[in-house]
Amino acid sequence: MEKILLLGFADQASSKLLAEGATVAANLAASLGCSWEVALIGEKVQEAANTLGGSGAAKFYGVEGEDFAFARYSSDLPAAEALLKESQATVILVPGSSRANRVLSALAMRLGGRADTHITSVTAKEGKVLANRWFYRQRMEACFSRPQRPWVMGLEPGNVVPQAFSASSVQVQMLSVALPDAAKRTKVLGLKYPAGTAQTIRPDAKLLFVAGAGWTKKQADGQIHAGEAEKAILDFLGKAQASLGSTKSLVDQSGEGNAVLSFMTHLNQVGQTGSTPRHSKGLATCCHGEEPHVVGWRFVTERRAVNMDANCGWARGKTDVLYVADAFEVMKKVNEILSA
Amino acid sequence: MANAYQIIVCGSLVPDPLQTLEPISTPGGPALKNELMLPAALDPWAGHALFEAANLAKQIPGSQVWLVSLGPKAKLQQLMMSVAQKAAFSFVPVEGNAGGFMSSVDCASALVKAIQGIAGLDMGRVLLFGGWESASRGAGSTLQLVGDALGIHDQFMGVDEIKVLEDGSFTVLERVEGACHQESLCAGAPAVLGWATGNLPEPTNNPQVGMVNMRSIMPALQKAVKAEVGLDGVEYVSVSLPKQLRDTRIVKDMPADEIAREIVEWIKK
Repeated sequence: MEKILLLGFADQASSKLLAEGATVAANLAASLGCSWEVALIGEKVQEAANTLGGSGAAKFYGVEGEDFAFARYSSDLPAAEALLKESQATVILVPGSSRANRVLSALAMRLGGRADTHITSVTAKEGKVLANRWFYRQRMEACFSRPQRPWVMGLEPGNVVPQAFSASSVQVQMLSVALPDAAKRTKVLGLKYPAGTAQTIRPDAKLLFVAGAGWTKKQADGQIHAGEAEKAILDFLGKAQASLGSTKSLVDQSGEGNAVLSFMTHLNQVGQTGSTPRHSKGLATCCHGEEPHVVGWRFVTERRAVNMDANCGWARGKTDVLYVADAFEVMKKVNEILSA
Repeated sequence: MANAYQIIVCGSLVPDPLQTLEPISTPGGPALKNELMLPAALDPWAGHALFEAANLAKQIPGSQVWLVSLGPKAKLQQLMMSVAQKAAFSFVPVEGNAGGFMSSVDCASALVKAIQGIAGLDMGRVLLFGGWESASRGAGSTLQLVGDALGIHDQFMGVDEIKVLEDGSFTVLERVEGACHQESLCAGAPAVLGWATGNLPEPTNNPQVGMVNMRSIMPALQKAVKAEVGLDGVEYVSVSLPKQLRDTRIVKDMPADEIAREIVEWIKK
């Protein structure tokens, strides 16, 4: 008989990640006919635990304190280890985040188990737990099971609609985890945003706007219009409240010191060495490769593209509508309409 | 200034990102069709780690760089023909299956053995570099496991920058949610840095560096230790390509303002 534990961080309660994880845990527990529990790490965990009061979780555990306020391998790992040992769960579901993914594999290994990250779905068939994840950067999907326990699974965000659990006060069993000095060699100083740029990445936006290298190439008049491109893109992002993605080639141009699109950083990059964001709509402009249209768009539901090549092999079959047009002209008109 | 570092970069080969990949079933588990024939490239994020390592080694005199790679020997040799010209390093090859379906635990175990076999290793000076995720398995687990097995408990993933300070401590920028970085201050080596793209462009080929590297690479390849890297008990029920071919509507000869109107309607829908 499996025993399921949802392992999360208190700061995930505000971003729906915890509710997504609880939804997966509750569904899996129902399929397997077993109970499930919750374990939380953070500076204060009670409030986050209360948000899952009506979720059906049988028990709540917590590790809290100043040492556990920030994402740090050397403190998150012993905290998670203590929680798993206390719970004795066999299947551990962890809402995926940079903080969680930093420790999951080592956590499982220390307890004699195994971890898998970026899990897109977890199901049960004939009492067997099955997980799905992508391989080769979202190029193929596999369904698999593994024999080792505990099996720690990092859940990829945005794959389930989180249930609206009612909140209520819950009893949290607090565990004490004392960190040795060696675990405090790293101090988290805080968050840093890319300097001097507009806020161009909006993970919760409905629309992903992908800009390709075509924006910085010579146009019909034989000139490069990078300034105009910047204005058109920033105007559009502001008016449509869209998130900005970029192709590798465009980002690399910025990194190589070329004065192109000043607000573009590697954080904007989608595709093979970038992100595969989840937005309901995607509009690609001046892109001509596999990266924006396939890998970077894997989890974008409705897709449209504007480029000059009607035969673009990557756009055809991957986008719902391909407008064969000059993106400069089109986006200028789009901005005019949005301003009206 | 900080003590010289011993920078160990873990990175291997992946199919060239421009190749179309197709899964097949083999007695040894899932694999790629014509896997051994596919052109290979250095795993992109591991490549960034190597370039950052070489750059850091240049800044801190006396620092050394090793590249520890697991893969089929012949393919590693091919890979080195291009990678060797990019940065100066000592090569530590391990012969084994580098496929994306193989176990990261097996892979990490092989890498740990190889690293522990490096002569003159001083763990107090080690920075373990690599890509934060591979372009094959993409799990972000191998480097973490290697670091933990080596007793390194300061680990950073999605790193875009390291700045070494006068006292040997360093700050690290890690990618986190919300399009920003978490900045941390670490007391010093040893540490694990799983790199994202960093800030450096790909170095240009330097044939002289390549020639120096190749002198040690070929003997190292001949002595490459074999490692058993398998599925670790994982049972794959299915491996498939996404069947998402869309019926694309091609819109030609439509005036820009009409296209714009259509796009705005679609956005607002």
